[in-house]
Amino acid sequence: MSYRTRTSWHKWINPLNLAVLAVVLFIVLPIYWLVISSFKTPVNVGSFPPQYFPNPVSFANYGSAFSHYGFGKYFVNSLTVTVLSTGLVLVIGSLAGYALARLPMRGKAPLLVTLLVISVFPEIAVVSPLYLLMNQIGWLNTYQALIVPYTAFNLPFAIWIMRNYFLGIPKEMEETSRIDGASAIRTYWSIILPQARPGIFTAGVFVFTACWTEFLMALTLDNSNGFRTIPVGIALFGSPNVVPYGTIFAASVIAVIPVGTLVFVFRKFVVSGLTAGAVKG
Amino acid sequence: MATIGMERINKVYMNGFHAVHDLSLTVDEGEFMVLVGPSGCGKTTVLRMIAGLEDISSGELRFGEKLVNNLEPKERDIAMVFQNYALYPHMTVAQNIAFSLKLRKMPKGEIRQKVEEAANILGLTEWLDRKPKELSGGQRQRVAMGRALVREPSVFLMDEPLSNLDAKLRVKMRTEVRRIQERLGVATVYVTHDQTEAMTMGDRVAVLKDGALLQVDTPQALYDRPVNQFVGAFIGSPAMNLYQAEMANRGRSLKLGSQVLTLPDTILVARPALSTYSGKQLTVGIRPEDLSARPHLSTSGNTLRCEITLVEALGSELMVHFTIDANLIQVEQVNSQEQDILSDKNEGVARLDPSVPVKAGDKLTLEVKLERLHFFDPTGNAIYD
Ligand SMILES: Nc1ncnc2c1ncn2[C@@H]1O[C@H](COP(=O)(O)OP(=O)(O)OP(=O)(O)O)[C@@H](O)[C@H]1O
Ligand SMILES: [Mg+2]
Repeated sequence: MSYRTRTSWHKWINPLNLAVLAVVLFIVLPIYWLVISSFKTPVNVGSFPPQYFPNPVSFANYGSAFSHYGFGKYFVNSLTVTVLSTGLVLVIGSLAGYALARLPMRGKAPLLVTLLVISVFPEIAVVSPLYLLMNQIGWLNTYQALIVPYTAFNLPFAIWIMRNYFLGIPKEMEETSRIDGASAIRTYWSIILPQARPGIFTAGVFVFTACWTEFLMALTLDNSNGFRTIPVGIALFGSPNVVPYGTIFAASVIAVIPVGTLVFVFRKFVVSGLTAGAVKG
Repeated sequence: MATIGMERINKVYMNGFHAVHDLSLTVDEGEFMVLVGPSGCGKTTVLRMIAGLEDISSGELRFGEKLVNNLEPKERDIAMVFQNYALYPHMTVAQNIAFSLKLRKMPKGEIRQKVEEAANILGLTEWLDRKPKELSGGQRQRVAMGRALVREPSVFLMDEPLSNLDAKLRVKMRTEVRRIQERLGVATVYVTHDQTEAMTMGDRVAVLKDGALLQVDTPQALYDRPVNQFVGAFIGSPAMNLYQAEMANRGRSLKLGSQVLTLPDTILVARPALSTYSGKQLTVGIRPEDLSARPHLSTSGNTLRCEITLVEALGSELMVHFTIDANLIQVEQVNSQEQDILSDKNEGVARLDPSVPVKAGDKLTLEVKLERLHFFDPTGNAIYD
């Protein structure tokens, strides 16, 4: 008996598992620190020796994030911009991805390469011209000032993911559906889209995360207090003399929740969506 | 219900490949027509043109009197079963079967009744709420048939619907598919590359090769009177043994290597043209089932002495591979079939009674049913008159 226990225990101690453990700690520890620090009283945040568990547990940081720093407004801004951008990307991107996967088209290959190039284009290169453009058309400090560029910048990547997914759906699906008497739109809606759901969720999660955490454009184009998104809002918390760490931690924790939930809910799809092209492609 | 009429149909793909040449073929009402041929001969292409999934480059396709060349698939009132079934994976069996009816805006109650009726016929009742991925291959196959069944189409098309099933189930489903087709009672085109399937299922069988129709007839007629060497070798399993031979003695004797078969007068009467081959080369076809074992190593005008190279015991019969010193003729695209993997290039096959005590290395005298011989001229065409 004891022999068996020892082997089963030893089984877990091997280089691979140790490496995984190290990676997990590397990622989890900062998050743990972020979360517990958000529940410390402002005095305890910087105390020495550090508190490994908040004592007393305080919600003051959360209160001040909303009451003193207008975090609620930032949250709404972020949500508006992110949800609308993601929605637009998915609607336009899925149609484009489908077309690129199925329609016989001239110049498909160069188009796909172009999309890929655009998706890795450094943001910083376009922010200045974009600022001038937005200024000219009077869009600075509006939701569309972020929604339009977010949509544009995330489309190429989303199109790629969804195209790969569409490629994995057998051609006979459309053919059967056509024979069954469905129109092209009906086929797309009732037959193709439901099968492409994992790909669409995957693209959705990535785009949502990208928009939610985007900083540079948000800082440049929507800097007024009324349109600030969460990343910019948190960065500008406090004043030159005071850095309210506890409040920043609390706000960050809230900011992580939507993305975390999304990834958790769709985790199965995200994995299958990313490997779709690899297996069937 | 309608007939399917194909009149000099051609298909040239966008890349310039000419896949179907001047195909003319009529499928009668209620007829089960099998298209058979080696891989790449254009069977699927023909079927897809009938379905409207592929443009017809030239020629006329009619359902009944109506020209349908330019009609959309849904306007043609067809049902089609694909090789991979193409069931909608996100829908239940019931929804899969009901989809086309729903599109026709049939009232809900009526749809349910039809779906249940189809499920009943196909033995799918207990699976109606399952998704396709939770079904076995045979059940999926039946769902695909069910989709066709409820539509009551005027033309029924199937592209190798049984090829994804295991051997036993395939045999069982052959009868089932026929049963459903008879129930529908509509003109049906069934594609397969398996000649056994073609022979057992078809009212008539059309043999295609390289995009051209070689022969269309009932299975028995194809077997008895193939128009050429290819059809002769393609139809029948194991394939017909084809030997290079020389006609001598004004068509009375046939030299196969060093051996001579003496042809009776009846053959010459039936095929007078044979006498014109006297002194010339031709190809003689002997089906494995037209050979039988002679007990003694005797010779007469209807026997061939051979050496056995391999014996496959199948229980009910013996497949005996043998060599004689005549040249065996290989027909391209036939002899690559699985049944020939075992055999050497120069081996013939005889289908013998299992009571014959033979083993590899033995010498054996085979008796040939002379009146069942097939003759082909050097270009491969059959000699009948
Ligand atoms: N879209 C296409 N473009 C160009 N050539 C094609 C196309 N589809 C098929 N072909 C060619 O046409 C020929 C006939 O193809 P088809 O699929 O009809 O063969 P098949 O008889 O169904 O073969 P199999 O038994 O392997 O299914 C093949 O040589 C194939 O390479
Ligand atoms: Mg095919």
